[in-house]
Amino acid sequence: MFDAALEGLQIVLEINHLMYMCAGILMGLVVGIFPGLGGIVGLSLLLPFVYGMNDTEALAMMVGLVAVIPTSDTFTSVLMGIPGSNASQATVLDGYPLSQQGQASRALSAAFFASMFGGLLGALVLTIFLVFARGIILSFGTPELFMLSILGLSMVGVISGNNILKGLVSCGLGMLVASIGSAPATAEERMTFSSLYLFDGLPLVVVGLGIFALPEIIDLLKSNTAISGVGRLSGSWMQGIRDAIRYRWLCFRSAVVGAIIGAIPGLGGSVVDWIAYGFAMQSAKDKSQFGKGDIRGVLGPESANNAKEGGALIPTLLFGIPGSGNMAIFLGGLILIGLEPGPAMAKDDLDISYAIIWSLALANLIGAGLCLLIARPVSLITRVPYPILAPLMILVITFAAFQSTRDFGDLVALLVIGVIAYFMKKYHWSRPAFLIGFVLAEQTETYLYQALQFYEWSFLTRPGVWIIFVLIIASTFVGYRFLKTEKDKAREEALSLPVGPDLLFAGLLLVFNGIFLYQTGSLSFTAGIFPLGVTLVNVLLLTGIGVQAFRKTAVLKTQGNFAYFPAQAGDPRFRYFFGWWLGYYLLIALLGFFPATAIFVVAFLFWEARLQPRTLIGIVLGTALFLWILATFLKIEFPQSLLF
Amino acid sequence: MYKIVVWIGLIASLLFSMAGCTSGEQTGNGRVEWIIPYKEGGGSDIWARFFAPFLGKYLPEQPTVLIRNMPGGGSLKGVNWFYQQAPKDGTVIGHTSGSTAMNYLLGDSKVAYNYDDMKLIFATPTGGVLYISPKLGVSDYTQLKQLKGQKLFYGSQGATSLDIVPILAFYLLELDIKPVFGMKGRGSGRLSFERGEANVDYQTTSAYLKRVVPLIEEGLAIPIMSWGSLDESGNVVRDPTVPELPHFLEVLAYLKGPDILKSKEVAIWKSLFIAGFACQKLALLPPGTPDDIVQQWRDATSALIQDKDFQEKAPAVLGGYLPIIGDKGEKLIKEALQIKPEYRQWLTDWLYDTYQAKVQ
Repeated sequence: MFDAALEGLQIVLEINHLMYMCAGILMGLVVGIFPGLGGIVGLSLLLPFVYGMNDTEALAMMVGLVAVIPTSDTFTSVLMGIPGSNASQATVLDGYPLSQQGQASRALSAAFFASMFGGLLGALVLTIFLVFARGIILSFGTPELFMLSILGLSMVGVISGNNILKGLVSCGLGMLVASIGSAPATAEERMTFSSLYLFDGLPLVVVGLGIFALPEIIDLLKSNTAISGVGRLSGSWMQGIRDAIRYRWLCFRSAVVGAIIGAIPGLGGSVVDWIAYGFAMQSAKDKSQFGKGDIRGVLGPESANNAKEGGALIPTLLFGIPGSGNMAIFLGGLILIGLEPGPAMAKDDLDISYAIIWSLALANLIGAGLCLLIARPVSLITRVPYPILAPLMILVITFAAFQSTRDFGDLVALLVIGVIAYFMKKYHWSRPAFLIGFVLAEQTETYLYQALQFYEWSFLTRPGVWIIFVLIIASTFVGYRFLKTEKDKAREEALSLPVGPDLLFAGLLLVFNGIFLYQTGSLSFTAGIFPLGVTLVNVLLLTGIGVQAFRKTAVLKTQGNFAYFPAQAGDPRFRYFFGWWLGYYLLIALLGFFPATAIFVVAFLFWEARLQPRTLIGIVLGTALFLWILATFLKIEFPQSLLF
Repeated sequence: MYKIVVWIGLIASLLFSMAGCTSGEQTGNGRVEWIIPYKEGGGSDIWARFFAPFLGKYLPEQPTVLIRNMPGGGSLKGVNWFYQQAPKDGTVIGHTSGSTAMNYLLGDSKVAYNYDDMKLIFATPTGGVLYISPKLGVSDYTQLKQLKGQKLFYGSQGATSLDIVPILAFYLLELDIKPVFGMKGRGSGRLSFERGEANVDYQTTSAYLKRVVPLIEEGLAIPIMSWGSLDESGNVVRDPTVPELPHFLEVLAYLKGPDILKSKEVAIWKSLFIAGFACQKLALLPPGTPDDIVQQWRDATSALIQDKDFQEKAPAVLGGYLPIIGDKGEKLIKEALQIKPEYRQWLTDWLYDTYQAKVQ
């Protein structure tokens, strides 16, 4: 083992290897900064060049690229509230509020420092476990995987904020939306309305962008300020690093959790940040600032998502089973250069495995360093008046969403999810809970079904199941305690909501559940039982919410001056800006991406931002350059007109 | 003021379109596109990316062959688009995999393509090897009858997927093997076997050689049979990469007597096997492509097979099988896919009765 380790180190420190790795890192930085583009796009751009390179150089480049993406995708998550990739959705929750408070560079440097730490720890875990990881991974059967999914879902209790009923319904809603597509066990179509787009289910990138980015952008447009609400940027670079050091144990724990979850094949890398976030929240004494700009909410997910890449390498190398989306294409790259992952990677090819692991560590270090360097200047973007930034951000989100399946359906899904999310935000339905439900639904369903097939109900007697069960109880208990302390606040907040629109939205959700319920009637038992169960629970919870609202009405009526729809409840500004957005997409459908974008950007900047022609020309030129780079170097595809 | 803004808008439209026209959508100018109806990083994607540079090297004027991924509805969206809309001048080629052929064979209503008039450039075969857990107490195919009464599980991707080939084989062998669906791919099936949850599994031959043979050496798996391979005249013979193992039809004849080979069910299985294994991954030109263009592409494939670099790297990606080029492959595929309506009916009935699986 030590010989192999030394050989691995020698490979890593060769000058050629280092150069190719740096090339990979730079590419990863560029690709990672754009939301919607991640390791998958980056690696598929690299694959053509992988030929003709020798094994270790190609590896160096691929590892360099994969390693920095969970670091560089933080930029948009923190600065704009747009998840840079699936791995940093949870970062948005606290990172973005920090930017709004003018502390962008603090949040970024904390995130990068935590990323670096997580990445290094992930590599360390890999180094130690690679040799005997096989047995541990094989001990996780379908029952344990099912229980782990439930453990993930139990985070909803603490993440959903003050209103637990609404949080649970949000989670259930996420699960229902995830069940659209072909059923895992029977491949029957659920809620697809014979559309090929819905057949594969909604892509997570689109859902993530819709959930976070669209409501944020519209709210900012309504308020007509810069992202940073306070004029001056406070919070320094150093402060972020001090934060990371102060909460080193949190970073440590999150990294361990991230590496473990990444290493278990079939759990999926996109849950990691959420579990780390829930974990950070559960272990914090004062939870009141989470979601409003608690630095711990940034440190946990960022440390975990970098550690995850290390963990995900274990099943990729040992079993040839990718632990995450990035790893799927990384695996393809390995095969193209003639490396066949398998048990041999922990035996005869151990030196190569170590070379991969240490490249990963080194790449994390370099990548985080580069990101730290540019954190400060990039933060200035939060001071740009929002009407100027908005059309460009809408453009970025549009092509990001479109990269998921390159179907016009991506844009439609983005808008629909975005509108639902806007009202969820407005009426305090937890959007993170929705995403957790969405991410975990398929696994929960599949593993429960498979465990029942393999073991029948006796799967509940397995020791692993019991261990995880205890963890679930503990997690639920923490959530319950949290709710109790927040009770007064919850009541206060609930009273501030207008009853009418709140109930109306709940009613719409009820209708949505009803459609699902109706649809399950035409499915076989195996395909229908999961959506059926979820809708029934949802309906029950929604009834509870109705009762709550009824009680609230009674209280409010005693105070007098009560109206179901108070005068200020209407939201014309929302309709106005949403109209802009919708108009843009209609134009795309009509004219294609480029003319539509040109018209949209120019018109918006002229009417909304009131820019002078001279400035307008400058922005147009800049945007053209940006599009040219995307098209030429990143080979990005753009939506075409639906007409011709 | 408004006039100026309108002008800026027009200029912007022009500029943006110019900026974007270098993106991957353009063909011509020394670029050819290959539509892959799956995501980046999947089996078909890797397969195509392996072939692309070699094809480019041996085509006239040596164009760059670009991969364009068009996933959706399994492979339906990309293949439908290719069949209906791809230009017929040889600048866009397509791909179908075993599951594309399964959708076609089973008569999926969303299928808009027809194998009868697409032009085959080449097809690559794969094979499969069935292996079982040593705990079942069976050491080779002659003892398969001893499996009766034991609990047998097979981790499967779904009854209407490519897995229909092994599942129909189990049915013909009268082995009561319960498929557990919802596996994400053959890799998950193998993992499930290694965990001890499934005790019957198959892997494609290349995965078998690299990832199952080590298990066999450790005494953790016992190989039983291969699905076989096609010879020159289209008969199922032993798989040349695992010649020591009998193929499925051999085993079937041994257990049930040779007469069964003439049955309808075996004919159906053979169709499925050819579509899913013997001619699994295809490179195609759209219907109506002129013959001389088809010939250019076929010639390029014939040439690339002789390429030293190709020969060196091919085994890792293709698992030791060579591409079947042109007419020979086209004949095989068309025969396999022209399934009799009554056979198709039998198949859909069987799927529904056994697994409640509906073809939509």
